[in-house]
Amino acid sequence: MRHFLDFEKPIAELEGKIEELRHLSDDGDLNIADEVSKLQAKVERQLRQTYAKLSSWQKVQVARHPERPHFTDYVKALIEDFTPMAGDRTYAEDAAIIGGLGRFRGYSVVILGHEKGADTDTRLKHNFGMARPEGYRKAKRLMEVADRFGLPIITLIDTSGAYPGVGAEERGQAEAIARSIDTCLSVRVPLITVIIGEGGSGGAIAIAVGSEVFMLEHSVYSVISPEGCGSILWRDGEHAQDAAEALRLTSQDLHGLGFVDDVIAEPLGGAHRAHDVTTHRVGDRVEKALRELVNIDGGVLRARRREKYLAMGANGIG
Amino acid sequence: MSWLTNFVRPKIRALVGKTDVPDNLWQKCPACDQMLFHRELENNLFVCNHCNHHLRLPALKRLEHLFDDGYYTRIELPEVEIDPLKFRDRKRYVDHLKDAQAKSQQDEAVTVAHGKLGGHDAVIAAFDFSFMGGSMGVAAGQAMIAAARLAKLQEAPLIAVPSSGGARMQEGMFSLVQMPRTILAVDEVREAGLPYVVVLADPTTGGTLASFAMLGDIHIAEPNATIGFTGARVIERTIGEALPEGFQRSEYLLDHGMVDMVVNRHELRGTLIRIIDMLMRRAPSAEVVPLNSGDIEIPTPKTAELEKETEAAVDLAADD
Repeated sequence: MRHFLDFEKPIAELEGKIEELRHLSDDGDLNIADEVSKLQAKVERQLRQTYAKLSSWQKVQVARHPERPHFTDYVKALIEDFTPMAGDRTYAEDAAIIGGLGRFRGYSVVILGHEKGADTDTRLKHNFGMARPEGYRKAKRLMEVADRFGLPIITLIDTSGAYPGVGAEERGQAEAIARSIDTCLSVRVPLITVIIGEGGSGGAIAIAVGSEVFMLEHSVYSVISPEGCGSILWRDGEHAQDAAEALRLTSQDLHGLGFVDDVIAEPLGGAHRAHDVTTHRVGDRVEKALRELVNIDGGVLRARRREKYLAMGANGIG
Repeated sequence: MSWLTNFVRPKIRALVGKTDVPDNLWQKCPACDQMLFHRELENNLFVCNHCNHHLRLPALKRLEHLFDDGYYTRIELPEVEIDPLKFRDRKRYVDHLKDAQAKSQQDEAVTVAHGKLGGHDAVIAAFDFSFMGGSMGVAAGQAMIAAARLAKLQEAPLIAVPSSGGARMQEGMFSLVQMPRTILAVDEVREAGLPYVVVLADPTTGGTLASFAMLGDIHIAEPNATIGFTGARVIERTIGEALPEGFQRSEYLLDHGMVDMVVNRHELRGTLIRIIDMLMRRAPSAEVVPLNSGDIEIPTPKTAELEKETEAAVDLAADD
């Protein structure tokens, strides 16, 4: 059963009709095929119209779509011989951030990112992509391994934020995030980041301080969730939509403001409608960036990354 | 009601002119509910003299208290793009800013100053919670970078005193990137081999804590300050159970290994001087020849002589 968002209702109805007709076609009526292709054209038109002018709030919903490709889907599609690495060597393994060694289009890389999970079991296993300090400490460890062996790092961002829990706080959530950011800024290898879904605040930027930062067309990246922002600044829960608009959290906004280096187009109707197309477009864009970055000296890469962030917002809008 | 109060006093007042009387002469201690007189409170560094509760200290008072003889020089901070997102909630962000500036008589949440601390040059970046919750936007990030560069220039230690609710959400992504930017600032100080000390004041939370505030060489917390990444209410709502006693308070963080010490405001200056002196003046001021090194003969008086001398001394004392 496909999951439809509120604003996709007209599309859902059309697709429902197509389904019905397909069942009828067993009866041998020839006109049905024509009818189906007509309806399909209509669906495409609807999708094109709807997705061409999504509001910020609608983008938030698409970015959180449960059927959107997740970290594991990207690894399956893009990484050969994926060899997961686990644990922070201090306390625990945190499956909200997963990663390891792998071969990406010929290059040996370290890939890591948030995994939200795709069904009840995996969602619980990955804690809905909300990492605890161990997750960030593991990220730091993996990035350090990459740094030592000169392997490029790919990070995929998809989290509503770091996990709000008692244990997470006790074990130093803030310190773990700060160290992880520091590691992103310090490594002497290419670090390529793609926001594939939700970029939720500190829990996202902890592993998103890249040489190059890309966003999928309908992903979002924000300092606070629109719901949180709405309830704090408007003092009620009704203003998430206004907050989403005001925060300028879409890929188009952030590209325009200079925080994101490129926007990767999603297939018609969003990434959740065509995993293969999405994962390969992400792969192609990452490969292009990687080919440019691998020839640059590590020290230069590090210095440039630091310069990039120092310059951000320092001289007005970039 | 007498003629005195109705007639004479207003006239005298008019003659003397309007005196500058603060609105709140008395303030209630948030911890013990005792009434505190504003002058006493100020003289006691905004610490309740009944229960030792540490109230929030305005940034300028903080600088005055920490630097030698209360003498310091503020540095002019780089101008920044105000309201990069043209943000508005129920009110425009620029209006929020103007209100905060009028109320606090300050341009922004962070003040950077240099001066002497126990005779050593030092740079302090102090947050003022009364300015929009001490929130960290572009201005705060620029202030931290300026503070770090000043410390480098003066080969002086950097002391950060955060008192901040976290990122300033009205600046959206501009505020989130202050996390890596302030980390770059402290990296510069570290790479220059200079000490970086963090004094965690009430409250230090969110993106402020998860960046420069958790990367100090030494972490000092003021007593009972709220220090945490996620707000306690959010955690309570998420896990659906009561939080442990003292959760996210300084002493709790000390127990969990996140800070080196919890220090009373009255002892803070002394503690900072001791630490900075230790980290900046690593060798003795003058060359001291170690005893019993073998190179130098130290004449040892014979025991009998020593006793005689002691007796003589005692006699002398008795004569007095």
